[in-house]
Formats: sequence, structure tokens, C-alpha cells
Amino acid sequence: MKTLHLQYFAILREQRGLTNESMQTNASTPAQLYEELKCKYQFSLESEQLRAAVNGEFTSMDTSLSDEDEVVYIPPVAGG
Amino acid sequence: MSEESFQLSEEVFIPKEQAKLLCDPAAGGYCAFEGWVRDHNEGRPVKSLEYEAYPELAIKEGSRIIKEAHKKFEVLGANCIHRTGHLQIGEIAVWVGATAKHREEAFAACRYIIDEVKSRVPIWKKEHYEDGNSGWVRCEHCAAHEHSH
Repeated sequence: MKTLHLQYFAILREQRGLTNESMQTNASTPAQLYEELKCKYQFSLESEQLRAAVNGEFTSMDTSLSDEDEVVYIPPVAGG
Repeated sequence: MSEESFQLSEEVFIPKEQAKLLCDPAAGGYCAFEGWVRDHNEGRPVKSLEYEAYPELAIKEGSRIIKEAHKKFEVLGANCIHRTGHLQIGEIAVWVGATAKHREEAFAACRYIIDEVKSRVPIWKKEHYEDGNSGWVRCEHCAAHEHSH
């Protein structure tokens, strides 16, 4: 088990009803963790639509997560 | 290149004041782009827009884009500001300014920056429609999902 710190933005923030939380998980990649979250909180976006950021930098959805990592999922962006 | 070449702003800003920061006696051309909040999208009347950013990474990625513009084009200066929060029709959502010796480079850099910012920087836009509904842009399916509850 590791502890991960999540921040939520935009549609994910609304669907989760929170801006951030910490959680215990066995998930070893952002992709695995998202499947867990999607199921638990009924997120409407598919994993393929998201990018992941770990500790403030873009990363692959298949990167290895470590204890105390900060994870953010990035829905399709729409600035401008 | 200044550290604050890409900024997020919760407050209204004045493009003219931003342009002054780019003043350079070596510049022969200044090109700017302003993105405005428009009153419709894909056939739906829009009342207002809400912009949300992941500030830490938005500033990092935005600054990288500006740096790339400096490398690709012979710009003398380039800055970008993106608004966050609730914006009304006609407000400036994003501003890009670039200066160069000649106009070609200023135009090209300005175009490059706005295109990359729109596709790469973690900023999201929620449209509030005239009919009272709302939805996150590029997330149509999820918007429908939201409204079904």
C-alpha cells in the first residue's frame, strides 16, 4: 500500500466534489489508479482521454507511482 | 526572456500595458493576438465562460511554449497571459504578444504560441449556455452525463 495525493480539476473536480484528497492504494500506475477512481466515483471520462501529471510534470499513464506522489489527471484541455 | 513570460490572471488586464513590457528599440514589428469570449459555440448561445487552470503545470508548460517560440523564430520578446475565473461575453480570455526585427517572425511566433497554448496548457473552459445548461468544452459526452442526473 502507498499513499498518493490527488488534485482534481474541471470536470473531474466537479464529479468528485473535491479539489484534493489523499488515498491509500495498491495501484502501481496512473492508469491503474484511474480505473479504481473511475469505478468508485463514476467519472465519465475514459482513461484514454486523459493525460497524467505526477509531482507537477506530465508523465505517461503507465509510469510507476511511488509512495507520497502527487497525481493529477488532465482532461482534454480547452484554453484560449 | 523574463521569468513571467506566461502568466495566469484572475483579474482583467490591459493589453496595452502588457505590450509596453515588450518595448524594444531593436523591434521593427509587434504582433498581438487577443482571444475573446464569444456568445455562441457549435450553434448554442453562450452566456458566459469559466476558465480553470492547473496553475503549477500551466505556468510551466506555457513558459516552455514561449521558450520554444524564442528558439524557432527570431523574436525579441514574447509574452502570454491567460485569464482564469468567470468571464463575460466580450472579455479578453487570452493575450499573446511577440516582437521581432521584422513582421514575419512576429506573426509566426504569435501564431505558434496561441496554437500551442490552446492544445497543450492545462486550462479548461466551461460554457454556461443561455438555456441554463453548462458543459466543459471538448467533454461533450461528460456534459450530457452530468445533465442526466
